[in-house]
Amino acid sequence: MSGGVDSAVAAARMVDAGHEVTGVHLALSRNPELFRSGSRGCCSLEDSNDARRAADKLGIPFYVWDFSDRFVADVVDDFVAEYQAGRTPNPCLRCNEKIKFAAVLERGLALGFDAIATGHYASLASGPHGTELHRATDPAKDQSYVLGVLTQAQLERSLFPLGGDLKPAVRDEAARRGLSVARKPDSYDICFISDGDTGGFLESRLGARPGLIVDEEGRAVGEHNGSHRFTIGQRKGLHLGHPAADGRPRYVLDISPVSNTVTVGPLEQLRVSALHCIRPTWAAPVRHGEWEGSVQVRAHGQPVGARLDIGDEADIVLDAPLTGIAPGQAAVFYDGTQVVGSATISAARPVLVDA
Amino acid sequence: MNRRVYLDHAATTPLVPEAREALVRALEIVGNPNSVHAAGRRARAVLEESRETLAECIGADPAEIVFTSGGTEADNLAILGARSRPGRPHILSAPIEHPAVSEAARFAHVADAQQSLSVTSDGHVSLAGAAATVNSHTALVSVQWVNNEIGTIQPIADVAEVARRNGAWMHSDAAQALGHVPLDFAASGVDLMSLAGHKVGAPVGIGALVVSRRISLAPVSFGGGQERTVRSGTQPVALAAAFAAAASRAAQRQADETRRLAALRDLLVAGVTERVGDVELNGADPVSPAVCNMTFRGLRAADLQFLLDREGFDCSTGSACHAGVAQPSEVLLAMGRSLSDASACLRFSFGWSTTSADVESLLAALPALVGQARGAFA
Repeated sequence: MSGGVDSAVAAARMVDAGHEVTGVHLALSRNPELFRSGSRGCCSLEDSNDARRAADKLGIPFYVWDFSDRFVADVVDDFVAEYQAGRTPNPCLRCNEKIKFAAVLERGLALGFDAIATGHYASLASGPHGTELHRATDPAKDQSYVLGVLTQAQLERSLFPLGGDLKPAVRDEAARRGLSVARKPDSYDICFISDGDTGGFLESRLGARPGLIVDEEGRAVGEHNGSHRFTIGQRKGLHLGHPAADGRPRYVLDISPVSNTVTVGPLEQLRVSALHCIRPTWAAPVRHGEWEGSVQVRAHGQPVGARLDIGDEADIVLDAPLTGIAPGQAAVFYDGTQVVGSATISAARPVLVDA
Repeated sequence: MNRRVYLDHAATTPLVPEAREALVRALEIVGNPNSVHAAGRRARAVLEESRETLAECIGADPAEIVFTSGGTEADNLAILGARSRPGRPHILSAPIEHPAVSEAARFAHVADAQQSLSVTSDGHVSLAGAAATVNSHTALVSVQWVNNEIGTIQPIADVAEVARRNGAWMHSDAAQALGHVPLDFAASGVDLMSLAGHKVGAPVGIGALVVSRRISLAPVSFGGGQERTVRSGTQPVALAAAFAAAASRAAQRQADETRRLAALRDLLVAGVTERVGDVELNGADPVSPAVCNMTFRGLRAADLQFLLDREGFDCSTGSACHAGVAQPSEVLLAMGRSLSDASACLRFSFGWSTTSADVESLLAALPALVGQARGAFA
């Protein structure tokens, strides 16, 4: 129970379904702020109190579990390290993978619980090979992507009561149930950067390292304060001194943390036709060999049809180009609406352009 | 298990019947005790009678009683009120104090070097340490009478003598002492003593600071000048009456109750020693019979507390909560225990309504729950 409306309604439904429910708020910040400041950030003391009040209303026990040390090590430090290495991190996936459905679930099971329920928008179905993870009904809220790293064992112990609902209906239900969080704004972006200034956060951790922005020919076109401030596909915040020869916008094509160089170029160079991925995980039984499915590379991105070949590593050939793929990004593989698994993008093959 | 077993009397204890009767009776009285007319005088009389009753319980003069909203306010008035003693910038206390003392002391203490009183490994303030630390720059020494986490009884009279020799004031937070150990303010040599009503079966919201006639305490909040100007505001007559009734009962029954609770505590300790392995009792003699703090090695205290809660037992990890998350015990850390030991202790505390059946129920449930909590820790 984060203190948000989704987890509150999820808890309410679990109670109505007759389960023995205990509400748990995760203390993930070492220095929680007093109040929730705007829509960014999460887990302030005010959020904790909102979760507690919702639990009171539902008549269920409420506890706060401190996982701040694990969160720093597994999510925040990983976030900084990935940027430092020139890759794009996935803090929400790491959190689900290492904290929520791992450390928290393990503790719950050890204390005699049977399963964890959350307010994630995703659906579970009973299939011939066990529990299946599917997209939610509300495409705007579907969070199956961030759950794509879960294993079948974790899914067997999970419940997502909101998978079949549209968000406005969930808010209305919260209001009907008298939950004070019914009108509370959703939190988005990164929960541990409450002011939304990722660049500033990274700079406070990694310091400023001035370097060059270059074009594809290696010519300097600008300066930066640290390659860790950039992500592949980025267009804003480049502050380039002079426009490109063709006058069109430039995008970050490559980040080299060793030389502290950022390479920029036109949009076409960002289009990729194939992906190579490492460290696959399976949310369904292992599926080796080639198969036709779809892949999604962003939390709220459009999936694209693809031919997938997943072994110890994965090769994905896309039916249509994707733009702005960064190493370190997670690719989640779907068969229809079912999440089959995920892997970490290590390389992307650009679409060949006629010379 | 239908009936819950309440074993957190050190946090708060049920209203005693005498206090409820006194409260309800006094609520009928309409009148501000500061008004000079008949209605006011009637309220004033009940207030002053309560003051006299309380004073008699604790060996103080009625003029020395300042009614407050509770123990925390009493601690703050004592510590902040000592701040302006000329030439004496230091407020000294030990790291085993309740936050109401330690936080106020932290605010009030003017330190070139942050000093505190040292603590022995068995949970008592070191007298030798106090003698070495208290000096002519000390405004106030504050030592609790009974520690709220582990129940150890502190060497109050001896530390008071050290303070007196140095011209420092002596304050003692006696919230956990009333009813469990003999309390005689006049005989103790203490200048300031805090009491909390809800620890002895009065409602939450009433306490007292006992201020010796010898000293002049500076007020920190202002208004109509009530309670010797130390604590302005309309006094809560009904709450004071309830407090006096509860304190009176506690003082009268103290000797018998101490024996009764000591037997319950012995029963618990013996039972745990027999049925659960790798447990250490925290807090060596002299110790209050009302508090039993034990370290259960190899588990997270929060997990065991959670399991006991689910099983119907209300008990505490003893240490302060920050935002709902239990912290390792500062008291155990101050005694030199390891971080893991300080994160593995639970406090069971007894009160007027505790019976041997409560202790037996706990003993029956503990072994399995300790096993489960240890399994969750591995």
